Parts: sequence; structure tokens; C-alpha cells
Amino acid sequence: MKLTIVDYGSGNLHSARKAFERAARELSSSAAIEVTADPDAVREADRIVLPGVGAFADCMKGLRLVPGMTEALDDAVKRRGAPFLGICVGMQLLAERGLEYGMVPGLAWIAGDVVAIEPRDPSVKIPHMGWNTLRPCRDHPLLAGIPSDETGWHAYFVHSFHLRIGDRADLVAETDHGGRVTAMLARDNIAGTQFHPEKSQRLGLKLISNFLDWRP
Amino acid sequence: MRTGFMLKTRIIPCLDVKDGRVVKGVRFVDLADAGDPVEAAKAYDAAGADEMCFLDITASHEGRGILVDVVARTAEVCFMPLTVGGGVRTLEDIRTLLRAGADKVSINTAAVKDRNFVKAAAHKFGDQCITVAIDAKRVSATHAPPRWEIFTHGGRQATGIDALAFAEEVVSLGAGEILLTSMDRDGSKAGYDIALTRAVADRVTVPVVASGGVGTLEHLVEGIRDGHASAVLAASIFHFGEFTIPQAKQYLSAAGIAVRMDR
Repeated sequence: MKLTIVDYGSGNLHSARKAFERAARELSSSAAIEVTADPDAVREADRIVLPGVGAFADCMKGLRLVPGMTEALDDAVKRRGAPFLGICVGMQLLAERGLEYGMVPGLAWIAGDVVAIEPRDPSVKIPHMGWNTLRPCRDHPLLAGIPSDETGWHAYFVHSFHLRIGDRADLVAETDHGGRVTAMLARDNIAGTQFHPEKSQRLGLKLISNFLDWRP
Repeated sequence: MRTGFMLKTRIIPCLDVKDGRVVKGVRFVDLADAGDPVEAAKAYDAAGADEMCFLDITASHEGRGILVDVVARTAEVCFMPLTVGGGVRTLEDIRTLLRAGADKVSINTAAVKDRNFVKAAAHKFGDQCITVAIDAKRVSATHAPPRWEIFTHGGRQATGIDALAFAEEVVSLGAGEILLTSMDRDGSKAGYDIALTRAVADRVTVPVVASGGVGTLEHLVEGIRDGHASAVLAASIFHFGEFTIPQAKQYLSAAGIAVRMDR
């Protein structure tokens, strides 16, 4: 099984690769983890991870600058049904539009826009930076074995914008930071986390293991 | 104990690193090599630290390459957030550290010299990974209304810049976090400068990390409760085994501060 992490000049690829390698090792999985900017490798991958750190516009621009990459993602994920995980801005890019530094079209795999977190209480600090718990909106195989709700395990977030979901059926988990914040989404073979599994210690490694086993 | 859907207060151990080695070593647990930052970070990861901070005090250019290697080796074994600071002067410095595995990069002198560097860095890499480290010293007389100024070069060089105004300015330029160190308290074990911490935390919209002066667990509580900081940074009380990370978390929790107990 080949898991491909998409390199488009954004993101903490080194950390992501190491976390996936460790999860694969712990599962005694034969998964080969590769980091690549080659659209052909992405087109053939069994599982795909799209990381992303920074501003939406900058990341989208970076992704579109790799010739053939968005088409390869479409082929692999939308047409062939390869399991896909977007992380942080890599999840946000699935939206129809991003509204950070102007309006920028996204991949439009998930209905919704990426908007600023606007806490009701002005003393709530932005970015939402640190550890928070998850409130599941429905069951999902990627959350299997992860205690959630107020006393559950914590995930590491660091972001000022989030994906405001258009279709509630796509929402898997929320968290709270001066109001509801989208923490995780999924539709068919597509999943995304606003938090960083590769930085979330136990919760993160469990979620990554679940992704390696996921048969959507 | 407060639980629930809320961001937890972060406890951040900070290691001074010189030429790839921990300055003064870390003695809180039996490490094969007390001077290896990677070993120390691993132990803090296992202890449930919420983030790790490396402050590079290497002067030489060759030493910088060693630091990047330390960051990369840490990212291989620690699945927790890592902030790296010290001597970050160019966008290329930031890119190198982020690619090696740092999650946030802290900018100090370069931000004082050129505010536009903060703007360029935030625009390129995103606000969330740009921390501005402010070293401040009280300059007003004891009974006068407090006023703090920015100092550089380890607190030796005055700049005449007002710390509060500077904090506000760098946040408006895109800093996603302020790492605030009181140069009056640093190394004193007398506690954070609470008036300073609170003045800055109440002035800016981004999280403030309190730093400088921790000697007891009560000092951590003060930094959050009275100083309004979002996170507390400490060095020696953890490195030399006076207190463990779980002890600090239990103490904060008992004081009504929400912390992450799972790890």
C-alpha cells in the first residue's frame, strides 16, 4: 500500500511523514509513505494526504502551480475513490471558497467557505492555538477508539480561519473557541481535520492509524 | 477542575541550545545524554508538555546548521508542537526551520530592527507560525505609572521602544503569538512580571506566553490568572527536576485553570 503526502511547497511535511511512518510501524502495516510533488505518483497512490500550513490563498496558489496536480487529485480521489485526508489548510482547500486575503476559489469538493473565526467574547484569543477536545457530530471510522467530548483526548489546533460547512451531513466533529469551530469533516472517501494529527500525540497517532486502515 | 470545550492553558518547557547542545543540561530524568536537546524533548513529550521551545544561543554560522539538524531529529521522535527561536533574521531562516519540523518560529531582534520583516514572514508562512519574542524591562521609577521598554542582546541593549506599543504593532503586522519575557525577572525565580504580562495580554488579540522568573508552581497560576497569559513558559524548574510537568498541570487544575491531562 502506498500512501502519498502531497508536496506543493506548503506544510510541515517532515513531521507529517514521520508521524505516518510511526503509525504504520505500530500497526505493522506494510504501507510505504512517500512525499512527492509528482502528479503521476499522486494519481496512482492508494491513499493521499494533503497537508497545508499558512494562508489559504498562498496554499491554493502553490497547489495550482504544480502542473497537473489538481487534476491528479481529482482523478485519484473523486474518480477512483482513493481515501484522502486533508490536514489544516489542506482540509480548508476542499471548500468552495476561501475568504482569507480576498476571495479565492478552492477545490470545491466540500460545500462551504473558509471564514475567520469570530468569537462572541472579544477576550477570546485568535489564533485558536493549542489543545482542545472534539465534539463528534456523528460516528466516523477515523475517530474509532478516540475518547471525545469534554473529558476526551485533546487535539492540537493552530488557525485563525475555519471551514464553515454548507451541508451539515459533512460535519464529523466540532470544537469550541468562542463559538463552534469545524474540527473534522468527511464525505465518502474524503476526510479532513482542522487540527494537526501529526502534532496531537496520542489522539493524532490513533487517527492516523485509523486512516491507514480506513476502507470507505 | 474546569473541563469542557475550551482551549487549555499550555505549559511550555524551554531549552537554551548552543552549538546543538542544551546549556547547563537537563536533569529531571535519567537521560543517556543530558545535553542532547532531542533526548530532553522526548522526555518532555512523554511527560505531557503541551509544546516545546528551543532557544538557540549559538553565535556562529556553522552552529546554525547543527540547530536545523536538532530540529529535524526532534520532529522525528516528538509528535508535539515545537517553537524555535534565536538568530532568526531572514525568510530563508524561517523556511529552513519550518521545513525541518518547527511549527512556529520566534523572531526577536530582527523584528525590532525591521517591523516589515514580521509582515513579510506572516504573509509568507501564515500568522499562526510567527511568534514575536519581546524582551522587556521596566524603565519607570518605582512609584510612577509602569512603563516597559524593549531590550535586545540578552537585556543589555536599550532600544527606547515602548513594549506595549511594540506588541500592538507587531500583532497588527501579523504576529500570531507574543512570547513575553521580563528581563527584570528572568533567572530571578521571583515570579513573572504580572503587571507587564497583563498589560500586554489585555492589549493584544493574540495569545501571550508569559516568560521569565518562574520559581514555584504558584507563579504559573499567577501568570494565567493575574497576568491573563494563554501559556506559561519555564525552564529551570522543570529541567532540574524541582517540579514535573504533571505536577504543574495538577497544580493549575486545582487552581481552577483548564489544562490538558491526557497525553
